[in-house]
This record gives sequence, structure tokens and C-alpha cells, in this order.
Amino acid sequence: MARRYDTRTTIFSPEGRLYQVEYAMEAISHAGTCLGILANDGILLAAERRNTNKLLDEVFTSEKIYKLNEDMVCSVAGITSDANVLTNELRLIGQRYLFQYGESIPCEQLVSWLCDVKQAYTQYGGKRPFGVSILYMGWDKHYGYQLYQSDPSGNYSGWKATCIGNNSAAAISSLKQEYKEGEMTLKDAKSLAVKVLSKTLDMTKLTSEKVEMATLTRVNNKTVINILNGKEVEELIGEYEKSEAVIETSKKEQKQTA
Amino acid sequence: MECLIGIKFNDFVIIAADRTSCQSIIVMKTDENKLHKLSNKLVMGVSGESGDTTQFAEYIAKNIQLYKMRNTYELSPKEAATFTRRNLADTLRSRSPYHVNLLLAGYDDKEGPQLYYLDYLASIASVDYAAHGYGGYFSLSIMDRNYLKSLNRDQGYDLLKKCVAEVHKRLVINLPNFKVQVIDKDGISDMPDITMANLN
Repeated sequence: MARRYDTRTTIFSPEGRLYQVEYAMEAISHAGTCLGILANDGILLAAERRNTNKLLDEVFTSEKIYKLNEDMVCSVAGITSDANVLTNELRLIGQRYLFQYGESIPCEQLVSWLCDVKQAYTQYGGKRPFGVSILYMGWDKHYGYQLYQSDPSGNYSGWKATCIGNNSAAAISSLKQEYKEGEMTLKDAKSLAVKVLSKTLDMTKLTSEKVEMATLTRVNNKTVINILNGKEVEELIGEYEKSEAVIETSKKEQKQTA
Repeated sequence: MECLIGIKFNDFVIIAADRTSCQSIIVMKTDENKLHKLSNKLVMGVSGESGDTTQFAEYIAKNIQLYKMRNTYELSPKEAATFTRRNLADTLRSRSPYHVNLLLAGYDDKEGPQLYYLDYLASIASVDYAAHGYGGYFSLSIMDRNYLKSLNRDQGYDLLKKCVAEVHKRLVINLPNFKVQVIDKDGISDMPDITMANLN
């Protein structure tokens, strides 16, 4: 009988739930992790790369970090084919705004427009929702650096630091612990991202081919978007491992003295 | 037949429009307002086909208000000008184009005063001073000679008076009254009308 209310997206269950939307959210919690951190001098997105077969031809430099326009970047968690449709839509919305007003679309407006599309797929018949959550980072003249998250239901929210995808609840709680409000620099954010990722991804050792990272800063009144290359990520991981080792040895010494 | 004049200075922009409303060769009234308020720091001067001017000005003004309601913040003068031009360009290529000429004067809190010149063919230009209509033939040369970015409010108003005086003296068309507004960091303020009486 439970099946009666989840065959269509548009039907509420007796408990007032939309099963298809919840299933879509569930799909995302198995997807590769993405996290974003807002800093005073910039903003950062980091994502876990899942397809790391060495036979894979490197046509795409980044697997799930996309530039949307001059001032915005997003990273996606969920079904990649759905995500491609949505990033295409995001770019169209951005260009339409630029065409009409001659300036980059303000961040929240872009997120809001896309969420209208996502919401429509939870209401109109015969369609399934998009199995995609998105993290957006951007800059606009109204509110400066911004970080947003949107999910399949069409809800969105703004964050200082957040995470979507596999094990995101654990990542969010460690971000909550480590995030120093108003004191974060982009450098801090980078090392925090590596730290949180290495804790959340269940791997013994974090490698640069497993992680994608992009930063967004303002230089001379222009937005600069930088997708970090393998070497830069390698260095960040190296630094993290070094600091971890230091903590480890100091712990051991404490034990010995005790 | 109509005349719009706009001049941009260092920290304000002044805009003037004649107050004459004509039907064919008949003057219907001489206290028409051709300056439309689009937002707190944005004014649009409109001339052209008489039904089109009101319709288009209202359409743009309401859309700019709608944007403010949806997003809490306003469109900058540059964005408003681009939006206006886009609408003009789209209708120009439709079955019912608007025949309107515009001057957009605004103040951007970050960029300072702005003046945009748009015509019915949907061209756009950001300019220091501009004029629409026959009045432009007489006033542009006066502005070429006397314009200084650094003029203050009174000096700017005097420059405008010089332009209108020349229109009165040399133009065969009767444009007795001009409405004048100044837009600066504090918003829009009315200046006294320039009329036959107060010019002499």
C-alpha cells in the first residue's frame, strides 16, 4: 500500500510527504561530497572526484565544478546527467539577465530562478525531480561574497560554510566546530576544506586526483575564478598531513610523560 | 518639435523638458510633465509620439518598481538604461514599435551621476550632456562652449537657462516653459521652471 503514494511526484502521502522528492534527496546523500567555505577575502568550493579510472581520457579538467558566468561558480552533487541539464539552465538564466540588464546577475536571483525550475518538477505531473543538490559561490555588488545551497525540492539557503553529498552531516558538524566567524582567510578556508574532506571521505589517504577545488576572489574590481591544479591540491594535502603528524607526535609524547 | 536637455556634472545631473503638448499644429497645453520618476534616484525624460511616451514611460517605471519589490534592491542607472534600451529594441522589431526619444538621468551611489541618451531606434550612449529635438541644434553648441564638469548646482542651472534662452530666441517653434529636475546623492529635487517670464 505504501507504493500508492510514491508512483507520482505530485501526490502527497497521507502523512503529507512527497516521497519522490525525499528519494531524490536520498540519492544525493550517496553522491560525491561537495563543500563550500566563505572567507573574508574570498570563497572556496571543494568536491570529491569519484571517477578516477586511469584509463579515463582527461577531456574534462573538472568533473563537477562549473563556471556559470563571470562572477559565479557552482559544484554539484547527485546524478551527473541531471546536473548537466541544470548547469545549462543556470548559464542560460545568467546570460538572459546579462542580455536584459547589461550586468552580471546577482547571486541570489540566479539561485532563486533555478529553484523555480526545480520546484516545478516536484509539482507538475509526469516528471521526476532533479536528483541534484548544488553549491553556488559568487560575488555581487549588493552582498559581496556569497555561498548558497539548493536541493531537489527547490529550497535554497545561504551559508558561511556547508556541505552536500555523502556523509555531509558529519562534515557540517566539523565545519561548525572549526569555522571561526569573521576571522577566516581564504588560506584558512583551503586548509579547513582539506581537513574536513579527509575526515569525511572514507579513505585512508587523500590524493589530489580525488579532490577538485576552486576559489573565487576579487582583484582590482574584477572577479577572479581559479580552479586549482593537481599540484596545488597536492601541496595543501601535504601541509595537512604534516600538521596532522605534528599533532600525532605531540599526543604520543604526552602519553609517554603521563 | 519637443525638447529635452540633460547635463551631467561631478556630483549631480540636471535634466530639463519643455512643457508643451501639441496636437498637429495646435498647442494643447503648456504645463505638461515629460519627466517621469522611475525610482528614488532615477528620472526619465520622454519625447515623441504622444500616446507612446506615456505608455512606454509607465511600462518602464512599473517594471523598475517590480524589480525593486522582488529583490529589495533597485536597478542601477546603467542596468535601468540597458533594460529600457532592450525593451525599445524588442518592440522596434515588432508590429507595434514605440516612437519615443529618451534621456535617462540618475545617481548611482557607487558610480556617481549618470546620463544616458536613447532614441527611438534604440541606440544608447552614456554622455556628459545631450539634447533631443530641434532644441538640440541650438543648445548643444552652447554646452560645447560653456560646459565644465565642476560646475555647481546654480551654475549648472544657469547653463541650462542659456540653452533655453537660445531656443526661445532662435527656434521658430514656441516652447515657452521648461521643467527642471536635479538628481544627486540625496535623490530627485525640483528646480524652478524656466519660463519666458523668469528668463527676462
